[in-house]
Amino acid sequence: MAIVSYREAIRSTLIEEMDRDLTIVLLGEEIGLYQGTFRVTADLLARYGPGRVIDTPTSETGFVGAAIGMAMLGLRPVVEMMTWNFSLVALDQIVNNAAKIRYFSGGQVDIPLVIRGPNGAGVQLSAQHSQSLEAIYAHIPGLHVVTPATPAEAKGLLRTAIRGNDPVIFLENAALYGSKGEVPEGEFVVPFGAADVARSGSDVTIVAYSRMLAAALEAAEYLAGEGVEAEVINLRTLRPLDRGTLVASVKRTHRAVVVQEQWRPFGTAAEIAATIAEGAFDALDAPVERVTGADVPMPYARNLELLALPNAEDIVRAVARTLYREIKTPSERSSGGQSDG
Amino acid sequence: MPKMGDGMTEGKVLRWMKQPGDPVAQGEVIVEIETDKVNVDLEAEWDGVVAQLLVPAGEVAAVGVPIALIARPGEEIERLPAPTPAEPVATGAAAPAAATAEPKAPSSESAGGVRASPLARKMAAQRGIPLTAIHGTGPEGRITKEDVEAALAPGTAATEIPLTRMRQTIARRMTLSKQQAPHFYVSVSVAVDDALALRRQLNDGKSEAEKISINDLIVKAAALALVRFPNLNAAFADGVVRRLPDVNISIAVALPEGLIVPTLYHCDRKPVWQIAAEARELVERARLGRLRPDDLTGGTFTLSNLGMFEVDVFAAIINPPQAAILAVGAAKPQAVVREGSLAVATVMQATLSADHRVTDGVEAARFLGEVRRLLENPVGLVIERPAV
Repeated sequence: MAIVSYREAIRSTLIEEMDRDLTIVLLGEEIGLYQGTFRVTADLLARYGPGRVIDTPTSETGFVGAAIGMAMLGLRPVVEMMTWNFSLVALDQIVNNAAKIRYFSGGQVDIPLVIRGPNGAGVQLSAQHSQSLEAIYAHIPGLHVVTPATPAEAKGLLRTAIRGNDPVIFLENAALYGSKGEVPEGEFVVPFGAADVARSGSDVTIVAYSRMLAAALEAAEYLAGEGVEAEVINLRTLRPLDRGTLVASVKRTHRAVVVQEQWRPFGTAAEIAATIAEGAFDALDAPVERVTGADVPMPYARNLELLALPNAEDIVRAVARTLYREIKTPSERSSGGQSDG
Repeated sequence: MPKMGDGMTEGKVLRWMKQPGDPVAQGEVIVEIETDKVNVDLEAEWDGVVAQLLVPAGEVAAVGVPIALIARPGEEIERLPAPTPAEPVATGAAAPAAATAEPKAPSSESAGGVRASPLARKMAAQRGIPLTAIHGTGPEGRITKEDVEAALAPGTAATEIPLTRMRQTIARRMTLSKQQAPHFYVSVSVAVDDALALRRQLNDGKSEAEKISINDLIVKAAALALVRFPNLNAAFADGVVRRLPDVNISIAVALPEGLIVPTLYHCDRKPVWQIAAEARELVERARLGRLRPDDLTGGTFTLSNLGMFEVDVFAAIINPPQAAILAVGAAKPQAVVREGSLAVATVMQATLSADHRVTDGVEAARFLGEVRRLLENPVGLVIERPAV
């Protein structure tokens, strides 16, 4: 298996699929001449020409609407959102058209549309450009919401998204573009609705997705040294949600910690906690814990931004609460047992 | 579910001998019922065909609830819904009021206020441990999986023994008696030398199986005394003292699984040798678990004897709805003063526990005086019934 970056996994998938299927077109701001803000579309204009790699005006409503029209008429558009924050302008097109046209047409018209781009906090991009908007889209029937955490998942899920006939909200993460990992060769796909048990354990289930998977695995590794075997579940897709894997895991571990970068209220973690309560109530030995971003507009200052984002320390603390145990966090260990609160 | 004992409020269907469609003849056993104290074979009261079994084997039904339907051959019967199991219902006018006046046993499920994780709750329920018996170590005392496991671990916690049906009955009825009947206690010393001498004479030349015990003489003495004091041969219920026409003495029999009080009927009218024979047979059947329903009903007064355990004095709890119980200790040689001189006599202590709602100390004292007079002049126990 080749070691590739998350960025390159997405780019190579676009190339492989565009080579395979001439109906695939790319639309977005600065994706052609500028080669993409995060260089995911580097070199694609030269490769496919302006007929298939279309630089759009700065008008999300316009180009998302155009892509929906293309999809209705037989093309397979892949739209890049420069960041998902800008999709709020196109919310009406996504929610009221993309998600509903098949329903309104009595099943006659599919919308094979992928909208992809970075979601979540980056590095000092401030309040308007650091938002995690997955719960907004996962709320809407008619959409798939996909949150790859690794290069392999980015590749396998993007291929499933492009080949499918439904609108897909494909949520990448700016902080992950440079991350590297093994990616299987060939026509490798990851199905929607199948969570991955990223680490097996018996004492507590940590649920994460996208960038938070890394924090969950870091916490699990640390907890293993403290005698706690944490199971880490990587959701991979929020809609459809793999409820079965979640419930089965919690039935074995009796405890759950759900991690999201989002704000706490009405978020993905709340949906997961409710799913666990519905499916594994009698198995729970402690309330489901949520580890989430701070319920504030994202601060620009780096120190405050770090405090507003969940990390492995927060996860360790939450796991300790579900176990009714005192567990020192990594920083408490390194500072000689002093709690930083 | 027929009522097969004074204290019976429900019975458990152990085994159906007949299935729907089976013909039954009057007197044929159709079902085995477990009551609080005995297992009883229930017989069909009519000829017919079993139409429907309403209570499956293993389930409990309240007294008075239909448990099966028997149809005349060929008759169609409208099916009845199965009764709600184990929910005691009003048992009607024929039931002793004492039964309906009994408070419901406190439920061990009343742990709604206890904090426990769902898992801990489920584990405790599966293992039959009341949550109230588990120490919670979680936040605000929440009981967790670990706490339930600690409660189950051998050696770290008290052993919880669920009550058998018999112990449940004893617990319920004795609590009822102590809570509702205001007990008072009167004791006398009885010199039993003459009674023992009489017994020797009566037993002379008799086989072991025919011998009379001191307890048989006490039964007879108590029965004759009750004829003179009919107020103590009574049942108290619903604010009414019901004086009972027959003198039926319940005798306390210790079994490995608990205490049982089968009844000796008409002790005032039976000769001592017959009381002895019947008591011997009754105790034997009690030990073998072969008591019949009517062995456990009908008692009007109870005698409890711990003399064989060298007990000097004890006080018993009244067996409701009876009015009194006599507790007798061991007969022992003792120094006594007679007409100013020391003498040795064989003395037995008898303590009457009486219900103050029914009687008072003076009547209890007079009754005990009569018991003593009869035992100290025992020829009265073996002649024809004395005129009252």
